[in-house]
Amino acid sequence: MNKIVEKEFFSENVAKIVIEAPEIAVSRKPGHFVIIRIDEKGERIPLTIASSDNEKGTITLVVQKVGVTSAKLLALEEGDFIHDVVGPLGKATHIEKVGTVLCAGGGVGVAPLLPIVEGFKKAGNKVITVLAARSKDLVILEEQMREFSDEVIIMTDDGSYGKKGLVTHGMEEVINREKVNLSVVIGPAIMMKFASLTTKKYNIKTYASLNTIMVDGTGMCGACRITVGGKTKFVCVDGPEFDAHEVDFDLMLSRLGAYREQEMEAYENYLKTVQ
Amino acid sequence: MEKVAEYLKTERAQEWRAELRKSLKAKERTSRERVEMLERDPNIRNKNIEEVNLGLTEDMALLEAQRCLDCPNPTCISGCPVGINIPKFIKKIDAHDFLGAAVVLKETNALPAVCGRVCPQEKQCENNCFYTISLKKPAVAIGHLERFAADFERNSGSIAIPEVAESNGIKVAVIGSGPAGLSAAGDLRKLGYDVTVFEALHEIGGVLKYGIPEFRLPNEIVDVEINVMREMGVKFRTNFIVGKTAGIEDLKAQGFEAFFIGSGAGLPRFMNIPGENFNGIFSSNEYLTRVNLMNAANPEYDTPVLSGKNVAVIGGGNTAMDSVRTAKRLGAERAMIIYRRSEEEMPARLEEVKHAKEEGIEFMTLHNPVEYFADEKGRVNKVRIQKMELGEPDASGRRRPYPIPDSEFEIEVDTVVVSVGVSPNPIIPSSIPELKMTDWGTIVVDKDTMQSSIPELFAGGDIVRGGATVILAMGDGRKAAAGMHKYLQEKVKK
Ligand SMILES: Cc1cc2nc3c(=O)[nH]c(=O)nc-3n(C[C@H](O)[C@H](O)[C@H](O)COP(=O)(O)OP(=O)(O)OC[C@H]3O[C@@H](n4cnc5c(N)ncnc54)[C@H](O)[C@@H]3O)c2cc1C
Ligand SMILES: Cc1cc2nc3c(=O)[nH]c(=O)nc-3n(C[C@H](O)[C@H](O)[C@H](O)COP(=O)(O)OP(=O)(O)OC[C@H]3O[C@@H](n4cnc5c(N)ncnc54)[C@H](O)[C@@H]3O)c2cc1C
Ligand code: SF4
Ligand code: SF4
Ligand code: FES
Repeated sequence: MNKIVEKEFFSENVAKIVIEAPEIAVSRKPGHFVIIRIDEKGERIPLTIASSDNEKGTITLVVQKVGVTSAKLLALEEGDFIHDVVGPLGKATHIEKVGTVLCAGGGVGVAPLLPIVEGFKKAGNKVITVLAARSKDLVILEEQMREFSDEVIIMTDDGSYGKKGLVTHGMEEVINREKVNLSVVIGPAIMMKFASLTTKKYNIKTYASLNTIMVDGTGMCGACRITVGGKTKFVCVDGPEFDAHEVDFDLMLSRLGAYREQEMEAYENYLKTVQ
Repeated sequence: MEKVAEYLKTERAQEWRAELRKSLKAKERTSRERVEMLERDPNIRNKNIEEVNLGLTEDMALLEAQRCLDCPNPTCISGCPVGINIPKFIKKIDAHDFLGAAVVLKETNALPAVCGRVCPQEKQCENNCFYTISLKKPAVAIGHLERFAADFERNSGSIAIPEVAESNGIKVAVIGSGPAGLSAAGDLRKLGYDVTVFEALHEIGGVLKYGIPEFRLPNEIVDVEINVMREMGVKFRTNFIVGKTAGIEDLKAQGFEAFFIGSGAGLPRFMNIPGENFNGIFSSNEYLTRVNLMNAANPEYDTPVLSGKNVAVIGGGNTAMDSVRTAKRLGAERAMIIYRRSEEEMPARLEEVKHAKEEGIEFMTLHNPVEYFADEKGRVNKVRIQKMELGEPDASGRRRPYPIPDSEFEIEVDTVVVSVGVSPNPIIPSSIPELKMTDWGTIVVDKDTMQSSIPELFAGGDIVRGGATVILAMGDGRKAAAGMHKYLQEKVKK
């Protein structure tokens, strides 16, 4: 049982949740994630640790509402408990000083990108961050990203905020302008696919942090498996970060949709119960 | 060894046993038929998760117990990895002392209700029974009787809480709560240690909970045993991954002086054939975890599972049988086993194969998948399989399968469960680089004390053996507990 000590909405569907987890707080590094289960009947879902506070013994999660479990989590209040929190899981991001790092985040990927942006900045890099969303009200974590980025470029599909265009447009603008040594992309599989194709064109080493469906998070089940460089890898233990140019994003896209019908049905049922 | 033989002899010489032996002629004992376990109707049970085996009635148990000849040289015991005093417990049943029988079982086996259900008896104790060896008749149903005595004790409501020595204040850690970890924890606690079990998942029990299904081993049975351990004072910490949440060094800093690693063989293997990552293709671990640990088949729970119409399970072990029978219970019209050798080589328990057949599972033996195909959404819809034939025996003594050229054909499937084995869980070993490992990723230990290359670390179960059995894991846990005790006592003296 882990207590929620703080909760703050960044936008309608995105909130920061601070929970007590002293051991995890001490052990975690940027790129690590936890798996949580809200209650006895809940599902196990992975969430990136955005930051931690050793003294208070807390970790911070930034959660976007996309389905039943994330909605239930955002419905919890300060003082409530989360049934299970386990971690830190995955391999930590390999953070070093490389020069200029181009970080790109879209949709669900913006939250897990935050600690990576912070890590690269603190390691002395110049960090340029591109945030992409469909429209203005879906842009999240802008302020937090600005804190650790030298520059933040916002792209919206409809042009309601920042520049009109896709994430790849924002990335190319930077690449054409200055030397980029490394790129990190996190977001929906389709976005990562095109972001990765873009950097490949310019021969820029790129990491993608994959958000596959998981169960245990310890390498026991293979639910999170993916093809990288023609080989099967388990995202929870071999990743979540991989060389983006080697990842089979089409397969990942398809695997993410494995339970779409059940998820949508469950979400509709959930919405009925809360109304 | 001699001491054991001597002990068995004295036990056997006791008056009550001598009396029992005289009470019935050997001829009468041996001419009886072996009992048949009561089972649920195959066509009803394959639609629910209730336990298939219903146990023996008291009368049945008494009759079966009489079959045991109480041999002067009880060869059955040598077939049991934990050396249960088999004739003694069976004769307790024969003498109507069912609770006494349970006490005998617990002298050497912490989980008799589990072993009576899941041990491959036909390869172990029963394979070494006088009936099997010399009379060429069906063995005494040792497993069924073990289950009977353990269930009787549990249902009587008077489960004995083992005596615990006075606390010695020495902290020890057990990593992993499968059968290896649980039996080590129980023994260490009995010796007076302050024992904490660390478990990565949110439930205690390892494979007993997430792997073996309800219809074969109800969770409740495992929980009763875990509660006994809680009452003995064993502490449990779930959601704690040693090597991630905290390392061995951190635990040492918290005062833990010795460690038992029972982290199991949790890494599923795949065959690495084309199309294996399509949707609808699971490892057996994922499939069983979703259903057993996460209750995916119950609509009240949030975790989903894909329940197919045409389900193919690849493999011939217990895990494959559990998966295919689970698929049937989730509503599969066609649930089949695809296995590359013949039925004779199947590693699964005989009883599971029999049950599977009764429940309508199809067996495609001497077949092997070579490629999967998917529909436009990426969901598997076909598997190409190849016919096999058996050649000469390989290193494992089993005949090696060879593909028959030009024998390939395709069948429709919408769900596939790959159940071709597991590898040792690498989390602990990779967090302790100095720990000596084999090329197969198992931990190297001294086979008598289960001590690893690092003196304060002991290990046992699947992390040492690769995929093995519940009872071997438990045997290791006990040996390791004794080894740790010796090590810690010597350390204290210094
Ligand atoms: C390593 C890792 C780190 C993550 N970190 C974060 C984080 O910091 N913050 C955050 O908000 N989310 C994060 N995610 C994603 C998060 O786990 C999913 O959003 C969550 O599992 C959704 O559960 P649900 O029941 O709310 O929705 P579901 O009902 O399971 O899904 C609803 C919709 O979301 C899609 N979806 C489901 N799972 C994922 C997924 N893993 N990634 C993308 N889309 C998905 C489905 O296809 C479906 O359309 C992370 C995922 C991984 C693997
Ligand atoms: C589906 C299935 C059916 C089976 N059927 C039978 C049968 O009928 N008869 C039989 O005898 N055997 C059977 N087996 C095999 C048997 O279950 C195993 O041999 C036995 O469980 C091994 O026990 P163990 O204690 O070594 O490991 P496990 O039972 O695997 O337990 C290991 C535990 O350690 C935990 N863990 C791992 N790493 C860490 C860490 N770093 N920190 C904390 N915890 C950790 C895991 O989460 C797990 O709970 C079956 C196995 C499966 C999968
Ligand atoms: S524990 Fe297993 S091998 Fe030993 S007597 Fe019982 S059933 Fe037989
Ligand atoms: S070998 Fe068979 S008959 Fe003899 S004591 Fe053992 S169980 Fe009984
Ligand atoms: S989530 Fe189970 S192996 Fe990665």
